[in-house]
Amino acid sequence: MPTRQEIALMAHLMRRAGFGEPRSALEARAIMGYEAVVEELLHPELLPAIDEELMYRILPGYEGALGPPISQADWMFRMVNTQRPLEEKIALFWHQMFATSNSKVDNPPEIGRQIAMFREYGLGSYRDLLVELAKSPAMIFWLDNHGNHDGAINENWGRELLELFSLGEGNYIEDDIKEAARAFTGWTIAPKIPRNPLGRFYWNFEYKPEDHDNREKTFLGKTGNLNGEDIMEIIVDQPASPRFLARHLYRFFVADEPDVSSWNSTPPNDPAAIEILVDAYKQSNGDIRSILRVLFNSDFFKNSLYARVKSPAELIVGTVRMAGNYEGFRPGFNNLALECAWQGQELLNPPSVEGWHTGPAWIDAGALMRRVNFASGVMGDTSHPGVKSIINRVRFQESNSPKTLVAVCLDSMGPLQVSDTTLKELLSHALKGGDLAWDTPDEIKDSEDRVGKVLALIAASRDYQFA
Amino acid sequence: MASTNKEPVLVILQLTGANDYLNTVVPYTNPHYWDARPKVNIPADQVLPINDELAFRSDMEQFKAIYDKGDMAIIHGIGFANSPRSHFRAMDIWHTCEPDKIVTEGWLGKTIRELDPDGENVVTGVSFGKGLPRAMVSPGVPVTSVSDLDSFGVMSAIDEKKQKEEALNVFKRMYTPVMGSGVVADYLSNTGTNALASSEILGTVPGKYTSTVEYADDSISKSLRDVARVHTAGIGTRVFYTQHGGYDTHATQLAVHPKLLQELTRAIVDFFEDLRNHNASEEVIMLVFSEFGRRIKDNGSGTDHGSGGGAFLIGDRVEGGLYGQYPSLEFSDLANGEDMGFNIDFRGVYSTLLDQWLGLDASPIVNGTYEQISPFKKDY
Repeated sequence: MPTRQEIALMAHLMRRAGFGEPRSALEARAIMGYEAVVEELLHPELLPAIDEELMYRILPGYEGALGPPISQADWMFRMVNTQRPLEEKIALFWHQMFATSNSKVDNPPEIGRQIAMFREYGLGSYRDLLVELAKSPAMIFWLDNHGNHDGAINENWGRELLELFSLGEGNYIEDDIKEAARAFTGWTIAPKIPRNPLGRFYWNFEYKPEDHDNREKTFLGKTGNLNGEDIMEIIVDQPASPRFLARHLYRFFVADEPDVSSWNSTPPNDPAAIEILVDAYKQSNGDIRSILRVLFNSDFFKNSLYARVKSPAELIVGTVRMAGNYEGFRPGFNNLALECAWQGQELLNPPSVEGWHTGPAWIDAGALMRRVNFASGVMGDTSHPGVKSIINRVRFQESNSPKTLVAVCLDSMGPLQVSDTTLKELLSHALKGGDLAWDTPDEIKDSEDRVGKVLALIAASRDYQFA
Repeated sequence: MASTNKEPVLVILQLTGANDYLNTVVPYTNPHYWDARPKVNIPADQVLPINDELAFRSDMEQFKAIYDKGDMAIIHGIGFANSPRSHFRAMDIWHTCEPDKIVTEGWLGKTIRELDPDGENVVTGVSFGKGLPRAMVSPGVPVTSVSDLDSFGVMSAIDEKKQKEEALNVFKRMYTPVMGSGVVADYLSNTGTNALASSEILGTVPGKYTSTVEYADDSISKSLRDVARVHTAGIGTRVFYTQHGGYDTHATQLAVHPKLLQELTRAIVDFFEDLRNHNASEEVIMLVFSEFGRRIKDNGSGTDHGSGGGAFLIGDRVEGGLYGQYPSLEFSDLANGEDMGFNIDFRGVYSTLLDQWLGLDASPIVNGTYEQISPFKKDY
């Protein structure tokens, strides 16, 4: 049997590399062994994908021609039901780092295709991913590269590529932006099918050689007739690239860090961890899978319990995975997507090209109220299968004491480690009801309700806000 | 600044989906209107003339009554240059006053910070509907978003009174700041305490309210009734946000659009009557706007996205009348060769409200200086 500590570590890994795992599944994973689980996570292709044909047959709206909620619901469905948690998590990572927003693109299915590209390329070569990103029609439209012409450049894509997607401020000069923009002239969108009257259509990438600036360019010290691919080759070899990416990975998977905009002047909280990730990048030639292998197996990761505030997607998906109330094909994923938006993370529609402000910035009074009401509402509903199974765990303990009730509930929702204050308040709440009793139907009903209340209070706690 | 004994209050009512201004304030004697709208028009026998050029629909009698009484400023041709046809982008621009950049701070979020710089009242800004419109967002500014006033609060899933009381007590104590628990945990404690405060304040509202006005049972009536309940409770809310959706009338507009305008009319009429009954109307100004107008030419069944349009300012202190020029329908004047142009920048109207109504410095909020209008009565 795995130790409690091993299970707690597995819960941590699954919260970070995925969206959490019900307590009942953690034991099997812990028996499999930590490193073996990391390997499985890093190779999503070894496990079955979501059956899209079945998904679209049963949930036809999810093909997503209509508007944001449908395409968002599609992604929600995958996050909740995937057997490849890291595939969805890494897609969310790139969506945060390469934030493309429907507020301008106004074509949710096309942004959905960009997310699918993140699933496909997100654990591979950073260089290949950047090239695919430059070809993403949603990105081209978002950062105006379709308006970037030979002789009349639009710098938007070139600027954000360097500032927000790869090097970070201070690691290039204004001329590099212009030269990068020149190199990406001709990378555009094929003529679009008009939206009306039939709805939105996918867009397609098109390279127009006649609109590409074929003259000599000098980018970050390299001179030649550079094209877009050459720019990406040069970028991934810059010393700033692994560092910038490492800080993003650290912030997303390990611990909250200040906003990206301050990185130029604020050193990382754990410089040694960043160095380890930078080395992994260099040794693997920018292979994301290799970098993440090092990250998940490192001590700094294993020691980072509860060092991040959950994003709304993590909170929502983690909670319903635990409660088991959104398993498989069923209606309602739209509601989950909307809930995510109301909590401050509208998928496919990040607030700006800088992505969401994360960490404590996820939380304001309104968002906290929604988080608390959502999570405690789900966990307090004793009809959900996952909640029922926790009730059964409580019921078949040797002790019926309030202390056992609280301990088993905390263990079942993590294992979750809480502050002394939270523990004290949960205990004093549970003590008021005395021992649980399971003999008569009334007693059973009463005890079930009491387990639900404790679960709801744990879901409402400060501690539950952290991943 | 229009003076009022009570602190001035702003109610924003957003018509989401792009309202068809041509069929709201109808240029019923303009031959271009009839050329462009062979199908989706307001028939000549169903107009309610405002003057010999413009009219409301005949079933908007009560809306027109507000205008006739002198409590409504109709602002023609409100908009901005290069209005995009994307709802999302256009709405974003209205919310942030930034046509060129994607930014995260909204104009009302900044307004609320000016009204309550120390964040002393967590209900200075209240939005009705789920989620917060970007207009109300500003980092560090507490704003309350209410989807259902009657069940608003922390631990809303628990119905039973005693159990809820117990749960709220546990919540309160779990979120008590503890020395040495760290910056983020402290921040969470404060935020939890604020959330509890807003739910306590707003929780008292339904009990304080009685009214003889019977609102309709649709979403906008419910929202405006909630605004009335919160406003008359006197808890210091200065900015309210509400939305009425469904205006994206690409098809079957003749069935859908009149129904929306009827709902809107009734809700607004009931709202102001309610406020008047509570002697709480003179400090309230309402702005009704939509993200853009619709295409001049109809598509046989509805109308597609266009630009230009109009807005309405309603309230006791409004100097009723027509403001701005109705956008020209002459072909040579059209935007994109097919849309109405704009004559008044929306940021000028925002500036009017900020400067003349709320008494704030408008330019940092709307990111520039724009020409204002004079829509308030002088004799107060």
